[in-house]
Amino acid sequence: MDVLEQFVQGDVSAFEALFRQHVEAVYGWVLRIVRERSAAEDITIEAFWRIYKARARYDPRRAFEPWARRVATNVALTYLHSRRKEIPLDADYPAAEGPDPVEERDTRARIQKAFMELPPLLQTVATLALIEDRPYREIATALGVSENAVKLRVFRAVRLLREDLKRKGVTP
Amino acid sequence: MNERFEGIRDRLRRAVLPIGDEAPRRDLWPDVVGRLARPSLHTPWIDWAVAAAAMIACVTVPGVVPTLLYLL
Repeated sequence: MDVLEQFVQGDVSAFEALFRQHVEAVYGWVLRIVRERSAAEDITIEAFWRIYKARARYDPRRAFEPWARRVATNVALTYLHSRRKEIPLDADYPAAEGPDPVEERDTRARIQKAFMELPPLLQTVATLALIEDRPYREIATALGVSENAVKLRVFRAVRLLREDLKRKGVTP
Repeated sequence: MNERFEGIRDRLRRAVLPIGDEAPRRDLWPDVVGRLARPSLHTPWIDWAVAAAAMIACVTVPGVVPTLLYLL
């Protein structure tokens, strides 16, 4: 019996082996979405707990990591819904200064604010597709939707961002 | 990436920096084991209320379904 089948049977040591093998990928994915290290750690822990609880529904013939990312993405989205606008986006990852720091900082703050005001799902898709440059297929798998649905959401996110930036006096 | 997104994408990437591959700062396994020993997280009552209101709205006013789908 391989490690995935042992995991489905509830073997904790098999689960630990899977955890050790995939935790960095899952954490890295979550961090790209929530952009806060401590929250990404908490979400990764919660996601692996849910993965273990849902092991009976897992088909061991399928790859583990896409499934784990999908579970983690759902937990991250729940977190984004609860976090909305409470924490500055650049808390853990401040952007670099430009040639005119004051003007640049002001524009950057407006763009960040507009970005934070996107609905969580659109913000997630925009983060992964536009900022992190992840392939549409990978995003689609993590969200459990089609690639076309991802493209549509990127389009919506960009449209909302452009409209909001115009209102905030930033030429998009 | 679609060319019509290039301008906004570049501005966005200057304001919100991409994150490279990063590992957790500590071993998370002990926390996962601790989590397995605890009951599931409590769902706040407001989440249930919002879900119930959305379902009622979908049943009583089907016209709101496209709007709700758009907001998701």
